[in-house]
Amino acid sequence: MTGTQSPLRARLDRSNRIAGEASGQPTLRQRLRAQGYDGTTLLTVPAVGFLLLLFVYPFLYGLLLSFNPKAGGILANYARFFSDPFLYETISKTLWLAVPVTLLNLVLAVPVALRVRAMRYQRVLTTILVIPMTLGTVLIAQGLLNYLGPQGWFNRTLLTLGIIDAPVKLIHNYWGVFLSLLITGFPFAFLLTLSYVTGIDRNLERAAAMLGAGSWQRFQRILMPLILPGLAITFCLSFVQAFAVFPSAVLLGSPAGPTRVISIAAYQAAFEEYDYSMASAVAMVMGAVQLLVVGCILGARGLLYRGSTAGAKG
Amino acid sequence: MTIHAANFHELRLDRIGRRFGTVAALHDVSLTIRKGEFVALLGPSGCGKSTTLNCIAGLLEMTEGGIWLDEKRIDKLRSEQRGFGMVFQNYALFPHMSVRKNIAFGLEMKGVAKEDIRRRVDEAITLVHLRGQEEKLPGQLSGGQQQRVAIARAIVIEPPLVLMDEPLSNLDAKLRLDMRAEMRRIHNSLGSTTIYVTHDQEEALSLADRIVVLRDGSIRQVGTPEELFARPDHLDVADFMGFRNKLEGVVVSVAGEEAELAIGSARLRGRVRNTLKPGDRAVMAVRPDDLEAVAPGEGSLPAKAISSEFRGRGYIGFAEGDDGRELVFAASRPVKPDETVHLTVDPAQAVIFAGGLQ
Repeated sequence: MTGTQSPLRARLDRSNRIAGEASGQPTLRQRLRAQGYDGTTLLTVPAVGFLLLLFVYPFLYGLLLSFNPKAGGILANYARFFSDPFLYETISKTLWLAVPVTLLNLVLAVPVALRVRAMRYQRVLTTILVIPMTLGTVLIAQGLLNYLGPQGWFNRTLLTLGIIDAPVKLIHNYWGVFLSLLITGFPFAFLLTLSYVTGIDRNLERAAAMLGAGSWQRFQRILMPLILPGLAITFCLSFVQAFAVFPSAVLLGSPAGPTRVISIAAYQAAFEEYDYSMASAVAMVMGAVQLLVVGCILGARGLLYRGSTAGAKG
Repeated sequence: MTIHAANFHELRLDRIGRRFGTVAALHDVSLTIRKGEFVALLGPSGCGKSTTLNCIAGLLEMTEGGIWLDEKRIDKLRSEQRGFGMVFQNYALFPHMSVRKNIAFGLEMKGVAKEDIRRRVDEAITLVHLRGQEEKLPGQLSGGQQQRVAIARAIVIEPPLVLMDEPLSNLDAKLRLDMRAEMRRIHNSLGSTTIYVTHDQEEALSLADRIVVLRDGSIRQVGTPEELFARPDHLDVADFMGFRNKLEGVVVSVAGEEAELAIGSARLRGRVRNTLKPGDRAVMAVRPDDLEAVAPGEGSLPAKAISSEFRGRGYIGFAEGDDGRELVFAASRPVKPDETVHLTVDPAQAVIFAGGLQ
């Protein structure tokens, strides 16, 4: 029996082994490659390192710090924040600035971007519109302080023209911060919107016109649905910027009153009370509010059409 | 079938022109298109064919001339007021709307009643064979299907005129043939009037009732496919109609419509398109199929063979003439490189133009 079986078994073993080597289990390298990982994946290591070092670690450090208050239990900082109106009201005050400013910036950016798209000297205008971004918030705040002040050009012009009897108060209040955020935020919103708008095939509007759609219908039925997902992203990024307002709220606003924004609360906790733990808690609340708003917007965006904006298969 | 074309008699382009700065992209183009015609605007890129179409569509303003739809001048109207259907080269389907909504768009803009829209869109979908695809987005369709949606969207508004801008250029070769037949079928079944822009002479020849050949912003020749194919008026039109061989020579004799040309040592006869007298320089244009390799004989054109390709019914040969120009000819057997071939042409198939080659 054994004598007749063993050569057969040996042959089976050999053929199995050959099959295993040729088409059996893929190697680790092959499996990784199939998942999209290969040597170039290593190039992401520096970026991941930076992210861990400069974002993830500080964030976790701050989070833990916020649960380690000067006095009281682990949630004492948060309990203090949400029981003191002087602190928790900074959320609504900041929202009351950031949301209208961001919306107004988008409302302004769309028509300007649509107009710029149709222009021949796009670059010149784009450059002019983007300059405020390069100046920095402090310089703009300084400029507005002079320009919008009681003795500034703005009020003097209106007074001379007889449009107003007494200077309009536009600084050291809500409107000073509002205008400064509008000016610093517009270039950003505009640039992003422009990139979305220019990505839309011009033939789509031509096709709509050929089908009898007037300019408003073309905007409403064709352009708007196609740029809306992009506008949602623009809103999120602009909103996060505006929500973190600090220099102009101090310089142009009334940092003890209506423009006591959340970053001022964090600043005071850290550098006036030297309570880093409390400051971290405020920062965490700030992050949570931003995340909540961004999450809501992105959730709503998920309901929109987000495919190609070209008129044909790409 | 209740979709049909709007009623009118003719569309008249009256010496229209378009300048871009100092460059005239279009100059002095006059053309009358009658209802029911399928007219192809044919020419190489930059000849003004798309400019003409965009002027008719109202997507581009003209700098000279007028466009008349019967007694009504329409060139000052905006695109949305002209009511023409248009099929774009890249289809320009609204990517965020389903097939049904894309097709219904024009009817909605016209304020057609809901039930009527539904019925007419259904009909259009049936007409272009897109049943079952109604709720898909354009991105989920193949190129040929997108093309059908674009056509349905243009014709469902029952336009007096359907404008097509190289609609087949984005499709692969086989689909292009299918869609070509399809477009002619739709044109016939609706009785519509179509202006069709193309750079492909084969497409123009097979589809159109009339072909308008444009070059450098002006009309070179207007005629039926048969006329253009057999009797091009100019050398450049001949070139476009597939007369690939151009043989330069001197007129030896003229007899009525026919002339004899001395091309090097060869003597070839062809039909004359201009007034010529003996001693004039002239160019003979011949299609590859009509330039045949024959046994060496009196008057035939000798050339040095380069290569040949098998073409089913026979071979197509490439050779170099005495003047160094490439000659493409029909052969019954493959040629050997560097052998001398003797070429001749049926006088009825050769056209002779006055002048020389550049």
